[in-house]
Amino acid sequence: MTKTTETTGYNERLEQKLATIFAGGHPKYHEKMKESNKLFVRDRLKLLFDDENYVEDGRFANVEAGDLPADGVVTAIGKVNGQTVCVMANDSTVKAGSWGFRTVEKIIRIQETAEKMQVPMLYLVDSAGARITDQLDMFPNRRGAGRIFHNQVRMSGMVPQVCLLFGPSAAGGAYIPAFCDIVIMVEGNASMYLGSPRMAEKVIGEKVTLEEMGGARMHCTVSGVGDVLVATEEEAISEARRYLQNFPANFAMKPEKIEAKAAKAGRTLEAIIPENQNAPFDMYELIDQLVDEGSFFDIKKLFAAELITGIARIEGQVVGILANQPKVKGGVLFGDSADKGAKFINLCDAFSIPLLFLADVPGFMIGTKVERAGIIRHGAKFIAAMSSATVPKISVIVRKAYGAGLYAMAGPAFEPDVCIALPTAQIAVMGPEAAVNAVYSNKIEAIEDPKERIKYVQEKHREYKEEIDIYKLASELIIDEIVAPHQLRGVLAQRLSFYESKELPLPYRKHAITPV
Amino acid sequence: MKELKASMAGTVLNVLVAEGDTVTPGQAVVMLESMKMEIPVEAEVGGVVEKVHVEIGGFVNEEETLVTIAE
Repeated sequence: MTKTTETTGYNERLEQKLATIFAGGHPKYHEKMKESNKLFVRDRLKLLFDDENYVEDGRFANVEAGDLPADGVVTAIGKVNGQTVCVMANDSTVKAGSWGFRTVEKIIRIQETAEKMQVPMLYLVDSAGARITDQLDMFPNRRGAGRIFHNQVRMSGMVPQVCLLFGPSAAGGAYIPAFCDIVIMVEGNASMYLGSPRMAEKVIGEKVTLEEMGGARMHCTVSGVGDVLVATEEEAISEARRYLQNFPANFAMKPEKIEAKAAKAGRTLEAIIPENQNAPFDMYELIDQLVDEGSFFDIKKLFAAELITGIARIEGQVVGILANQPKVKGGVLFGDSADKGAKFINLCDAFSIPLLFLADVPGFMIGTKVERAGIIRHGAKFIAAMSSATVPKISVIVRKAYGAGLYAMAGPAFEPDVCIALPTAQIAVMGPEAAVNAVYSNKIEAIEDPKERIKYVQEKHREYKEEIDIYKLASELIIDEIVAPHQLRGVLAQRLSFYESKELPLPYRKHAITPV
Repeated sequence: MKELKASMAGTVLNVLVAEGDTVTPGQAVVMLESMKMEIPVEAEVGGVVEKVHVEIGGFVNEEETLVTIAE
């Protein structure tokens, strides 16, 4: 009788190997993970995917080494919200998630798969960086670590790329998050830095903690390298899933419409917007009245909060919102807010997410500090991104839109599909107070009687306000429509649906020289 | 001890607390005027106002200390 594999132990050998791979690194490292509220890589994947229906490549990488299961990275294809995605996930129980030759090769291969399949690529990062002992094998060569970043750049805007940062992302590895569309960071555990605090002390003499230099909160509030700050790994994964709901699988597809929901119950826009142009109010309250309840996904909430950027749904239709926040720094635009706006516009434009601009902006900041920091080139970056976006662009002038603030918020010259004004809208080179001062300052100073002086200034304010009256601008076809605030949500839903078929050819050239 | 700093350059429009007052997190402590806008500066922590460093009408630069709060 012929012997079959059924009786010769082939499967036992396979199962033994698989068992060691699934176990990950030494139990003491699993203990350490638990102590810092971190999940084992395979548990992270279970939470991320819709179900158990996923496949893994290169599972046996470095299996002969014995102590390097999967070579410290799991690469898999599975489903998120019913959509196929590719994932690479570091296993920090294996040599602290460091990268050897096979680790890098596996990451490159799953990226290539994502590109071939044209599906989103997710990076679950928790890695100490390069295995210095293996550097010639994994660092400089054609398929060394640099290739991972080269692939990320190539795939940028082609498929969504999402980074979930659970632990360190050190040195060169810190470029994985930097090249992603969005970075979700777990407070207390996630960090990014080019040189560790220990290295900083040795090389430049600085004494600093990891949290101060590269912690999650710092990056999500100060540097802007992080986008979403979360408390737990579970939250990071659910936020990534929520984020991806708004995106198509790739640039050639369109985001799906979902079931509409009513806006959150609250005050009307009329009750929210103060009449005094200079008084602060909370733009989040206004956004709540425009979007489907619970749909707003805030991006960079804690960074440059004077500009709000987030993706939401209006009557089930996806929309990327940029809104000035008068409650923070008067809604004035700074270098950081310009960076934030530019990246957000690029993100939405790449994946066919229409843009809604809610303008209440006194302009870009002035003064020595910001000029030295290059506010002009930062502003140019924002305006260039807005200007070159070809998705539907809806500009709503909520209150004031002064100077280059009007430009940045998709003013009429930048081909918005519509520029809508609320009755409170005020469009001008500058506000009445500043304009009257600029034009009449000599005359004002020459009036000696204080009462007469105030009277004169008030008269000039009145004249100026008449000149920029919103009905005059509508009459001149500068703006396209004036809408009662409580009707704005309905109007936006209508317009989004009409603009769905918008197609704009790109200018014939290689690419623009983008201001940075 | 927490130093409350100016979020942006501007003029002090109003100081809304006096030394010895108790403040709660999120309470507007100083009102700045900048770019013709009213900019409320809110306490990040609760505590007692130990020192007010600015006067109404004075210019402050970004990151300049406005008020010290003892937690």
